[in-house]
Amino acid sequence: MTSFERRSIISGVGQSAVGRRLNRSGMDLTLEAARAAIADAGLTTADIDGISTYPGGGSAAPGGFAGPGSPEVQDALRLQVNWHSGGSEGAAQLAAVINAVMAVGAGLARHVLVYRTVTEATAQGAGGRQPIGLGGGGRQGVSGTMQWSLPYRAYSAANWLAMNAQRHFHEFGTTAEQMAMIPINARKNAALNPKAVYTDPMTLDDYFASRMITTPFRLFDCDAPVDGSTALIVSTAEHARDVDHPVARVEAVGTALRGRPSWDQFDDMTTMAARDAGAHMWTRTDLKPADVDVAELYDGFSFLAMAWLEALGFCGHGESGAFIEGGHRIALDGELPLNTHGGQLSAGRLHGFGFIHEACVQLRGTAGARQVAGSVEVAAVGNGGGPIAGAMLLTREG
Amino acid sequence: MSAAPFRVLPHLDDENRFFWTSGADGQLRFLRCGDCSEYVHPPAPECPACAGRRLSPEVVSGRGEVFSYTINHQQWDGSPEPYVIALVEIDEQIGLRLTTNLADIDIDRVGVGLRLKVCFEQQGDVFLPMFTGDDR
Ligand SMILES: [Zn+2]
Repeated sequence: MTSFERRSIISGVGQSAVGRRLNRSGMDLTLEAARAAIADAGLTTADIDGISTYPGGGSAAPGGFAGPGSPEVQDALRLQVNWHSGGSEGAAQLAAVINAVMAVGAGLARHVLVYRTVTEATAQGAGGRQPIGLGGGGRQGVSGTMQWSLPYRAYSAANWLAMNAQRHFHEFGTTAEQMAMIPINARKNAALNPKAVYTDPMTLDDYFASRMITTPFRLFDCDAPVDGSTALIVSTAEHARDVDHPVARVEAVGTALRGRPSWDQFDDMTTMAARDAGAHMWTRTDLKPADVDVAELYDGFSFLAMAWLEALGFCGHGESGAFIEGGHRIALDGELPLNTHGGQLSAGRLHGFGFIHEACVQLRGTAGARQVAGSVEVAAVGNGGGPIAGAMLLTREG
Repeated sequence: MSAAPFRVLPHLDDENRFFWTSGADGQLRFLRCGDCSEYVHPPAPECPACAGRRLSPEVVSGRGEVFSYTINHQQWDGSPEPYVIALVEIDEQIGLRLTTNLADIDIDRVGVGLRLKVCFEQQGDVFLPMFTGDDR
């Protein structure tokens, strides 16, 4: 079976400085990442004929959540493109990558610059993370889907997703001690990542000493806002032979959303949209979960990585607590190394793109001290939480 | 109920007004399909089960149970008191759920399956449906 996915490779990756309050503009960070990715792919800006980003919307968007929009970056790099796209609706943050893979597969572009930029740490300043809907217009009266949560002071995805976790705890006996293995594992790996923002060792006692945000999520279950930009070059597969390093080949994508696309009306609260995207991905490849050497799974909140482990079939539905218990299976030297860069919990909230970047680095064998031992041939990436999900399977070529 | 905290309120329009003002007579209402009897939430112009257009607000028992919950400790809006956000499943239909708050309830009692009945917090024109224990 030759699907559109296998017409694409990720030929280059680049990442700006990453940190808490860098006080640099989103465009500045984006250009640093983009230039690095283009050079890594063995290309120049003249070769780039496509551009794609998540969520789009441009530099004027508040809160540092959106980086510069694709027209702004296209202009800054003076790109001449045959295809361009930016948006927030789709298969989570990975939609920007998957759209690029579709464009290359369809012959609309040969080399697409894909990027995601955040400046949330600088935007939030010393005040910390702001709730959704309390800024500016929020007090005027809320319309649309947010009217069903904000009046009940359920301001944050932390609140909404805590209820997914609590239902999982109820149905399956999942415990906070088990869930703690996600942030503890992430912190261990972050200590080996020079760009990670939190690297001090974290014990189970440290975890339980961190303050409660919204049960069962403690502070250490919540990711760390940062400033940074990640860029990838999605190229036509023939380009692999012109690159002086191994590349990540796109094996399959998962984009399905079959449950109601709603934070609180989704049919099975113990799963998320990840269930649908994960299952969809496995219908598009002959590979199996047991073939995966490394998993880079969204951990905006620690429970989300557990839901992704189940969604991608690394364990059964409801079994993620037992699967991660003690942390051995998901450790760097375990059977399924997880979030090898430290995830968003400790490496920083690069919002989805940190995971695919790390998957590419691990496949290429250039992860330094945190490189998984042996040959990394297959990497799984999951992005998103709640009603938002996208999955990708990558293999090494070269 | 104790003093009402700050709340972001819904903006009332022709589609949602019946829901957010329903509590004026102490009753909870959902849109219901006149053709197949499905309760439809959030409100919509047609029934997702049968595509029927004969939808109208209908009173429900106001009883249900905690499907899931979280006890919020973060001071998003400046108030230091922990509060319960709950996902309540309404007795009339599996999957008919509201994100809401539990009022006048001992936080230590809250758990999945706790039986509830509706109550309302009035803020101007809006009567926010909330829930409290059903055993008193
Ligand atoms: Zn109907």
